[in-house]
Amino acid sequence: MNMLTTLPTTLGRQPWGVIVPLTALVCFGAAVLYSAAGGHWMPWSALHVVRYLVFLIMAMVIARFSRDFVKMMALPIYVMLVLLLMAVEALGFVGGGSQRWLNLGFMTLQPSELMKPGIVIILARFYDMLPPGATREFRSLLVPGFLIGLPTGLVLMQPDLGTSLAIVFGAVVVMFLAGLPLIWFIGAGVAGAIAVPILFFVALHDYQRQRVFTFLDPESDPLGTGYHITQSKIAIGSGGMFGKGFGNGTQSHLNYLPEPHTDFVFATMAEEWGMMGGLFVLFVFGLLLRYGLRVARDAPGRFSRLMAAGLTATIFFYAAVNLMMVMGLAPVVGIPLPFMSHGGSSMMTIMICVGLIMAVDRWGKRDMRGSFEDS
Amino acid sequence: MLFKLKRRGPRLVQRVSSGELRNRFDRRSFVLGSVQGGIGVLLAVRMGYLAVAENEKYNLASESNRVDLTLIPPRRGWILDRNNIPMASNRADFRVDLVPERVIDKERTLATLGEILELTPAAITDLRDKLDGTRGFRPVEVATGVGWEQFAALSVRLPDLPGVVPQRGFTRNYPTGPSVGHLLGYVGTVSAEEYEEEKNPLLITPGFKIGKDGVEKYFEKDLRGQPGARRAEVTASGKIVRDLETREDVQGDPVKLTINAKLQDYAARRIGLESGSVVVMDLEQGDLLCMASMPSFDPNSFSDGIGRVEWKMLSEDDHVPLRNKVLSGLYPPGSTVKPFVSLALLHAGIDPDETVFCGGGLRVGNRVFGCWNRRGHGTTNMAKGIYQSCDVYFYAMAQRVGMQVISDMARKLGLGYKYPLPVASQSYGTVPDPAWKERKYGQEWQTYDTVNATIGQGYFLVNPLQQAVMASRIASGKRLQPRLLMTARARPAPKLDVPDEHLEIVRHAMWEVVNGAGTAGRARLPLDGIELSGKTGTAQVVSLAYGKGGKGVPWKYRDHGHFICFAPYDNPKYACAVAIEHGAGSSSAYPVARDVMTYLFDPVKALEVLHRYEEEWGGTAQERLARKYRSYEAAYGGGAPKPESGEIENAVARSENAPAPQPVNNAEEQRPAEGDAPAADPAPSPTPTASPTPSPSPTFNRPGPRR
Repeated sequence: MNMLTTLPTTLGRQPWGVIVPLTALVCFGAAVLYSAAGGHWMPWSALHVVRYLVFLIMAMVIARFSRDFVKMMALPIYVMLVLLLMAVEALGFVGGGSQRWLNLGFMTLQPSELMKPGIVIILARFYDMLPPGATREFRSLLVPGFLIGLPTGLVLMQPDLGTSLAIVFGAVVVMFLAGLPLIWFIGAGVAGAIAVPILFFVALHDYQRQRVFTFLDPESDPLGTGYHITQSKIAIGSGGMFGKGFGNGTQSHLNYLPEPHTDFVFATMAEEWGMMGGLFVLFVFGLLLRYGLRVARDAPGRFSRLMAAGLTATIFFYAAVNLMMVMGLAPVVGIPLPFMSHGGSSMMTIMICVGLIMAVDRWGKRDMRGSFEDS
Repeated sequence: MLFKLKRRGPRLVQRVSSGELRNRFDRRSFVLGSVQGGIGVLLAVRMGYLAVAENEKYNLASESNRVDLTLIPPRRGWILDRNNIPMASNRADFRVDLVPERVIDKERTLATLGEILELTPAAITDLRDKLDGTRGFRPVEVATGVGWEQFAALSVRLPDLPGVVPQRGFTRNYPTGPSVGHLLGYVGTVSAEEYEEEKNPLLITPGFKIGKDGVEKYFEKDLRGQPGARRAEVTASGKIVRDLETREDVQGDPVKLTINAKLQDYAARRIGLESGSVVVMDLEQGDLLCMASMPSFDPNSFSDGIGRVEWKMLSEDDHVPLRNKVLSGLYPPGSTVKPFVSLALLHAGIDPDETVFCGGGLRVGNRVFGCWNRRGHGTTNMAKGIYQSCDVYFYAMAQRVGMQVISDMARKLGLGYKYPLPVASQSYGTVPDPAWKERKYGQEWQTYDTVNATIGQGYFLVNPLQQAVMASRIASGKRLQPRLLMTARARPAPKLDVPDEHLEIVRHAMWEVVNGAGTAGRARLPLDGIELSGKTGTAQVVSLAYGKGGKGVPWKYRDHGHFICFAPYDNPKYACAVAIEHGAGSSSAYPVARDVMTYLFDPVKALEVLHRYEEEWGGTAQERLARKYRSYEAAYGGGAPKPESGEIENAVARSENAPAPQPVNNAEEQRPAEGDAPAADPAPSPTPTASPTPSPSPTFNRPGPRR
């Protein structure tokens, strides 16, 4: 095949149905960041678009990876990420303070972010190898327990509750889809339901309990943590159906809204674009997640299925927790909104997930042309 | 579906195949998708709820975030005198306030303010007191009359000084300072109690002042005006992005008083170093032309809060600068009662030509009551009893008519009453009579009580305003009511229920006091054709067994000096009452009255006299007060003790609860000399407030040298 015929075919086989809406969402995000910066491309908006383009190319490259390559790399990557997490911990210990990232010179790398897809891949790999009969046995929990516990513990030590929850969520979804007995999940859920209140009153400190109360009733602490939630709700609520208009958001421009370009970017958007903008964001995320689950369903083989579904769940976790937080349905945890929030690490993570899902998509389409389902 | 799987589970343990797992994956991923879709719907609904259903509420919240409404304190109405001269006005200036609630680092803020505004240590101490004593939202005044350079320097550093509010504003200005302190009161920032009473956001706006005493307090509603408002867009840190709109304030209504501002200032300054009061009334409608009480405080400096040093200076002064002596000073009237006692005698049918022989004293019961003139006045009729102030004449005559007639006449002339005046408080004083004594002490009225009362001692207590009213009624023959508010409807004064002949007899005797062979010859006006008529009074403060109440005893034991008068004699226009606390006799009082009355007819001549005195006293009252403050500040700096909260306002406003002086039944004791008695030594120059030489003989029982 020469270049002239290959290129259009390659382009034609890209999942444009998801890339186009994503690009639109990123452009929308760039517009919001442009407004949040007071009508300037710098420092956020331009960088946001450039990063997306770079990471989109990266995702397309990832999409070219073969299934065997990904399977092969699962363990080495996992081990490397754990080592990096340990390195971060060690550096933080030496530097005398908590640290979450490694400065690589050209960019700062946050290993805990990469661990989100990392845990999904390694668990998908594990359950792929596990004989079907063994899913009912406890060893199907033992190894994953270790695989999850190690990085989660390290991330918790940073301390970063939001990211460790994201890691656990991705892992649990993979285990759930891997077919582990439902009774285990129900049991864990019941145990959690009993343990949480007990822990709440026994193990938590007063100030931690206070934070929970603040979440339940943000107006009780209007100037502390509740301030963020209250101001965010005001921004979203005052936007109305069609918003205050582009560049007219007062909550963000007059600094009432905290973090208007990262964690609370959705509120910044909703104030200026109103409910219509919000529905657009939800719609694009809906498209992406639907694409992810469809790819997972049609994926060839257990590994690709679990991986695609787990990565979709990871993206879902990002978006859902962030949106619930800004709307006052979840406590304030530092989780950015994919494709809209300013920030390199999280966008890279998300684009790795997208790239891998696109890879699974490609594997599935290739296999559809005649091969048997493996495993 | 899921339950089916669960039930079947145990039997399929060994047969979990990849196909089964594939099915589970499909089912469970469907569940997962449903959960995701459900959360998506939940989010959309939540957003709809916030943005559509609750839109109004959040719009409001967003607006109240964005828009900062600042009230502009209204300019206070002016207080004008009868000739429209402002006695209280507003001066535009730069001012700096502090809102304690917003201050983050108090010490650093205070230090920076002190440095930029060049505050003295005492001022910083006062500022700290105010900060400690206030609740968060009430602004505290840092400085007024700030210079432009300082104002600009402060404005530049505002971002580092949260809570500091520099603004253009208006400061209350009293051109004559202490002269009007008691009359007008002062303004100040709102106290916690006042805010509790009237929950008006204007009250806690930086730069707003409320009337605290006197006219300022009484007419607060009229003077206040309508606040303006400025709407501005602000950031979360309070920085103003742009002004949206501004509504101008509406200045408060002016209040016009019957006071003659120049006369008020003259009288206040003429009191000089003494502690006393001057009241002047116009006889046409009872207009109060002057109500001076000195020493006083400077309402200009009270308006920015009363500092430690100022409080120490004022509270330590035995001349009680915080008491309005016109309304709240209570004094035994001394011999100034003799004109109305004479009217009572005439009313009771005593022939004015009937004489009493005064040999220097009179035995009443088993006691001997002395006349102030131990040598006696010889044959004394009513007129001589007044102009020579012969006590024995009145001892004798009053016993014949009894107390009730005298008390009735006192009330008829306005003693023992409060007047319908727009003032915070007045004292009633005491007009004693048998019923009153029975009620108060449960004792029967005794003859010697009558004897004491007829010379204005014993239980008799009056305030200077009442004395002025009494003088005005004797002079005019009308039941004049004092009037302070120019716009108040003048009440037509009915005729006094006293025959004109009686009044004429008394008036003529009062003319003799000054222009004849009376006790106050030196009170004669230095004017052609205008004659003053008056009556001296010297009232003992304590029963001094050891002697006299003249200049030789400690200040607080000296006699009070009184003088009531009116002028011109032939066609009375003005009445005046002067009371000098511990002035050591009436000779301290009538020179003041003379000069004040002179001022009414010839201001130039009167001012010449005043300027001579002030050279000697060390400047005007305002200058002396300022100098005294500086010396206190130099001596105590920030180290003066902190006044209790509310103490100051109570001290200024109190009157009812001012302790009435102890009755002095001094007729038994030695009587002080009256006026510049013939026997008086020449006054030590250059001040005419000379001490009379009291007669040395204490009583008849204790004979002393007679002259």
